[in-house]
Amino acid sequence: MNLRQRRRLTNRIALGLSLAAMSFGLFWLCWILYTVFDLGLSGLSLDLFTRMTPPPGSSGGLANAIVGSLLLVGLATSIGTPIGILAGIYLAEYGQRTPLGVATRFINDILLSAPSIVIGLFVYAACVAPMGKFSALAGIFALALIVIPVVVRTTENMLRLIPSSLREAAFALGAPKWIVIMRVTIRSAKAGVVTGVLLAVARIAGETAPLLFTALSNQFWSLDLREPMANLPVTIFKFAMSPFADWQALAWAGVFLITMSVLALNVVARVFFREATKS
Amino acid sequence: MSNVVTMKLQPPKTETTGGTAPAVQLSIRGLNFFYGRFHALKDVSLDIYRERVTAFIGPSGCGKSTLLRTFNRMYALYPEQRAEGEVLLDGNNLLGADVDLNDLRARVGMVFQKATPFPMSIYENVAFGVRLHEELTRAQTDDRVEWALRKAALWDEVKGKLQQSGMSLSGGQQQRLCIARGIAVRPEILLLDEPTSALDPISTGRIEELIHDLKQEFTIVIVTHNMQQAARVSDYTAYMYLGELIEFGGTDDLFIKPKIKATEDYITGRFG
Repeated sequence: MNLRQRRRLTNRIALGLSLAAMSFGLFWLCWILYTVFDLGLSGLSLDLFTRMTPPPGSSGGLANAIVGSLLLVGLATSIGTPIGILAGIYLAEYGQRTPLGVATRFINDILLSAPSIVIGLFVYAACVAPMGKFSALAGIFALALIVIPVVVRTTENMLRLIPSSLREAAFALGAPKWIVIMRVTIRSAKAGVVTGVLLAVARIAGETAPLLFTALSNQFWSLDLREPMANLPVTIFKFAMSPFADWQALAWAGVFLITMSVLALNVVARVFFREATKS
Repeated sequence: MSNVVTMKLQPPKTETTGGTAPAVQLSIRGLNFFYGRFHALKDVSLDIYRERVTAFIGPSGCGKSTLLRTFNRMYALYPEQRAEGEVLLDGNNLLGADVDLNDLRARVGMVFQKATPFPMSIYENVAFGVRLHEELTRAQTDDRVEWALRKAALWDEVKGKLQQSGMSLSGGQQQRLCIARGIAVRPEILLLDEPTSALDPISTGRIEELIHDLKQEFTIVIVTHNMQQAARVSDYTAYMYLGELIEFGGTDDLFIKPKIKATEDYITGRFG
């Protein structure tokens, strides 16, 4: 076997192995999606969006859980995003090599990989226990803690991708640093930063553990942030574990909704990211 | 050698010797520069003349860009870089600690090797620097943007699409946009750091013509890898090697009868 044939063979083996790895991953993903569609689609109806979670044995929907989830995720994102972006700017533009910057980055990485149940228990101890009750506020707090490190990380990375020549060009016109950052660097990194935020939203949309100890759940319609609030993940958890067939069907419908939203968010994030790396 | 001589003859040159002596705008005295411990410029002294084009030539790593970047203190962005000595602008040492860098950079503009349009419209790109330093009315800003784009020979190509992104222009147009952005601030000195090295010959030609026009109003310092370019556009040339200024003089003199053997070797292509 000469050199060329050997290379061709190596190429074929490597290609075969990577195709096998890809099919292995895709197989499970497709199976999951199939199950979600199969069991979730049948529960899909107008009632799902208009009626409250029912007691076992009667009909109902997930309206309170859907609205609760939107509210929790929306508020957690709007709290976590500005903090995350500002911290990301600090890390990339000001504190790159300072001790504070290095320490912040290290702690942020730990927070990024912290299991969400740890964050749930932390908020339980820090917030729920002293207040004496579960509340949507505690849930928002827990979810925001998950959003922040994701946004910090992506913002910093995206800002670092901006070539220093662009910054220098702005400085060369006599622009002070804050204008360079606000009007040139952040603007150039905009698509990437938005991608980070979208991925963070996708991440918290399905988080159950942090809500289990904080917002808990609510069988009824409530928009009071000081009270427990219904949300999809915990409702799914509760309904899927129950022995009631109608509750289980609702759980599958909820799973379908979350899966589709996360899928959509990921697609949108991908489009934004392509935009970000193109220019 | 013949190559150098023939292309020398092409553009009608303004005087480099004789006539009225041009005024000195920047006076560099005993300049040393350090990247951390690396001694990048060694005791450099020369004068940059008002409303003339001065070219810095020399092999890669000789310090020509470093020298250019001391004139607007670009290096101050990087804590490990420092300069010692004097660069006098109207008699004031611009390396001094009390110099306001933003004011300095309004007086000493810079255009870089790679075109760097900001992520905003063509109009906003040009108005960006103006708004930092002057409070103009809407109409005045419009006028200034048009003036700068005309000076940069870009107006006719973009006048109908000022609100389009600056990124949508071609490479050569982007570089002229960067020049327009730089002169819109109306600096006294314009620093050009290899402004055509990423451009095709036609775009390069346009920018060289532009340099010729701009020196009516601005003092221009250009770093170039291309010796023919230095010969075509500049009135004065400095040849640098390993951080030292080897020879400085009128471009005609330096290219036709260099005083120093090393300069001659470099410009005739025997070295470099």
